[in-house]
Amino acid sequence: MIAAIGLFVGVVAGLVVQPTVPLWLQPYLPIAVVAALDAVFGGLRAWFEGVFDDKVFVVSFVANVLIAAFVVFLGDQLGVGGQLSTGVVVVFGIRIFANAAAIRRHIFHA
Amino acid sequence: MPDQDSGHEAGDELVTAPMKPRGGDSDDGAGATWLARLRRSFREPRLNRGQILAAVLCGLLAFAAVVQIRARDAGSQLAGARESDLVVILDGVTEQAQRLEDEQRDLQSAKERLEFGADREQAALEQATQRATTLGILAGTLAAKGPGVRLTIQDPARKVDADTLLNALQELRDAGAEAIQLNAVRLVASTDLLDVVSGGVLVDGTRIQPPYTFLVIGDPDTIATALDIPGGVLDVLAERDATGEVSKGPDVRVDAVRAPDPMPHSRASRAERGQ
Repeated sequence: MIAAIGLFVGVVAGLVVQPTVPLWLQPYLPIAVVAALDAVFGGLRAWFEGVFDDKVFVVSFVANVLIAAFVVFLGDQLGVGGQLSTGVVVVFGIRIFANAAAIRRHIFHA
Repeated sequence: MPDQDSGHEAGDELVTAPMKPRGGDSDDGAGATWLARLRRSFREPRLNRGQILAAVLCGLLAFAAVVQIRARDAGSQLAGARESDLVVILDGVTEQAQRLEDEQRDLQSAKERLEFGADREQAALEQATQRATTLGILAGTLAAKGPGVRLTIQDPARKVDADTLLNALQELRDAGAEAIQLNAVRLVASTDLLDVVSGGVLVDGTRIQPPYTFLVIGDPDTIATALDIPGGVLDVLAERDATGEVSKGPDVRVDAVRAPDPMPHSRASRAERGQ
């Protein structure tokens, strides 16, 4: 599967290049990572259920990242950035667990 | 097809997970197929645009995650903190610095107090020691040395009695003698002199015989002059056919001491003097 190869290449690239995170991106990068992680788990679950679709995955991935970043940006503008990013992380955390539970059921039948 | 990131589905899934084991039939079918599908997808990867895009996004995620983790590892925690958090941290640090400064001030003043107290204690101790020495010399409990005179009285006619010696003692005291010894007996304020019928003089219960020797510590010139005045000690001695010989010395030793008299009745009436 090419996605796995992409994952691996990304890790290696991150280790090799070692870029510094630009200042304006710093508050949003962790949130974006969590959002993208949620999309990946959603896609994995869909793949297990046999309903995986490239287009849906790409759109949900990009949308997740952008909306999460936008929500945090809005929170920063409103002065509740810290609380809002906590909320976003909690929501995505719940969804990741839910998707992971579905995947687990497919793999272990339990 | 259900949207992968449908919040509703995920929520349902989480809540109803224990009751709904996700349809046995589809479970079996998927379970049988997912391994096979995985194998097939590795054996013959489909290289359409969607797949590649998904792979690129996965790579992007991995890249971002690694970068973020490394950034948190490398930089201090402050680098990634947002403004409000930084303000809170700064407040905390300032407060802590304030607290530490207060503590430092307290300790500093305590140290100064202790040092000052130690100095005063030291001074008081020195003063007390000095007073004890002075009083010991006066009371005759300490041996003393210093400039003074030696008065030797030869009394071949045996006419020098206790009265004469007492006069000599008073003359010495008037001349500023600080410590006086007569033969082997230390003379102090309570000293008594008695004549003995069979000869000699009883000084504080100790019998002494001529020649009598006064060892006196004090200003030698003053004492020598006082003894030599007309009608003074030496004149009286001459009247009694005795001779008195005065020799000044820079280092007279008054070695005789007496045990302090017990005072069963007296007690210091003044409380400790303020130091």
